[in-house]
Amino acid sequence: MAILDKLKDGVQRELEGLEFVIGWEQGYDPLHASPLFIRTPGDIDRLIWNPLCVHNLASYLPSLKGRRVGILLKGCDSRSVIQLLQEGLIKREEIVIFGIPCRGVVDLSKIKSRIDTSQMRAVSLMDDAVVIEIPQGREEIPLDDVLATKCLSCQYPTPLIYDHLAGEVLPPQRPTEVLYKEVEVIEELDVQDRLAHWERELDRCIRCYACRNACPLCVCQDYCAAESRNPRWLSQRAGVSEKVMWHIMHALHLAGRCTDCGECERACPMDIPIQRIRRKINKEIKELFGYEAGVNPEDTPPLYTFKVEEPTIQEREW
Amino acid sequence: MPGMEGTELRIIGFLCNWCSYGGADTAGVSRFKQPTDLRIIRVPCSGRVDPLLVVKAFMEGADGVLVSGCHPRDCHYSEGNFYARRRLEVLKRFLPFMGIEPGRFEYTWVSASEGARWQKVVTDFTDQVHALGPRRNFGEGNGGGDIR
Repeated sequence: MAILDKLKDGVQRELEGLEFVIGWEQGYDPLHASPLFIRTPGDIDRLIWNPLCVHNLASYLPSLKGRRVGILLKGCDSRSVIQLLQEGLIKREEIVIFGIPCRGVVDLSKIKSRIDTSQMRAVSLMDDAVVIEIPQGREEIPLDDVLATKCLSCQYPTPLIYDHLAGEVLPPQRPTEVLYKEVEVIEELDVQDRLAHWERELDRCIRCYACRNACPLCVCQDYCAAESRNPRWLSQRAGVSEKVMWHIMHALHLAGRCTDCGECERACPMDIPIQRIRRKINKEIKELFGYEAGVNPEDTPPLYTFKVEEPTIQEREW
Repeated sequence: MPGMEGTELRIIGFLCNWCSYGGADTAGVSRFKQPTDLRIIRVPCSGRVDPLLVVKAFMEGADGVLVSGCHPRDCHYSEGNFYARRRLEVLKRFLPFMGIEPGRFEYTWVSASEGARWQKVVTDFTDQVHALGPRRNFGEGNGGGDIR
């Protein structure tokens, strides 16, 4: 049985005890999926599953605490749920998880940088390629060329937590070495060039906070420090330093919590490569504390705890 | 906020009330000569120092930032500096990635009796920041190359 049929079957059986189940449906054009809230058995037919199902649906969960809901999760999305459980932001008994072994999802901006999709007529997805029909003809793009960056180093294709798994457990198939490649490219620059790089990239930021709103772990909502007037962390000044301040704030509030789901970068309307800021912190956290967020619900995030002797921290001697 | 003289840089120090602020006071009372670039902000504990305070200082144009608290195990609140150590270490490794030179941010521990140590810390840190010179902040002037 195909993954989608298994999902539909599972949702059908569980739906009665749940307020709704969150999945994906076809969006406003052939290239976009959009989140679907399945409330009645009639909605189940609209459910889809393919590499266009990019959204991390776990972002909805913190605001649904106290309600019984079902949710479809890819491997990477399941790490967000584990992190939310770890921090007590959601309750395990309130959610039913339909896990999906996933071979990767596309990065729409990678597709758009290759072809003009404004006139496209249809999109079909094959095992290893995306075929897009545009007025000039058929364009076939190898799937690996347009997969999201996180998928190229994916170590958790199968969800780490689920009630029902649609399909077989999928072992990791991607190399680990490439995980920090983007980070290393910046680390190799000298400091002044790094500053210039971020100045250029982050200057495009329009401070729309889409990165925050899409982030499954940004749970403060109306109490976000970015909008607090006292203390006033950010001003209305339009300069790039305010933008940098915001991105550092977002990244540091995710230190030891970020599960590298990439929603921030995907949601960014200006295509700013902000995921690598979080990846850099993840890299340091892993090196310092041997910790990876969103893997075990029993763990404590490393910055919420301490050791009296820190073997990995070399303090400066004066 | 220009410096007192052309040669002075803007260095911000976050000092915990119980140890390092006392240490700086001890150094003062003992009349140890110290550089005057450091502007001290007294905080209840190094654990109070949100890494964003350091970032904010840099974004507002600081040339260097120093955080100093009680020695580990000596925290007035038992464990504030243990948390601070983890946060500040992550921050220290992260700032250079964004383009802030590694030498511009340090954290350390100075107790209230260590006037001489305070003098050494503040002198060394100030020298270190002076060696780097004034910092070009984001959006000031034109930068260098890029990865593209």
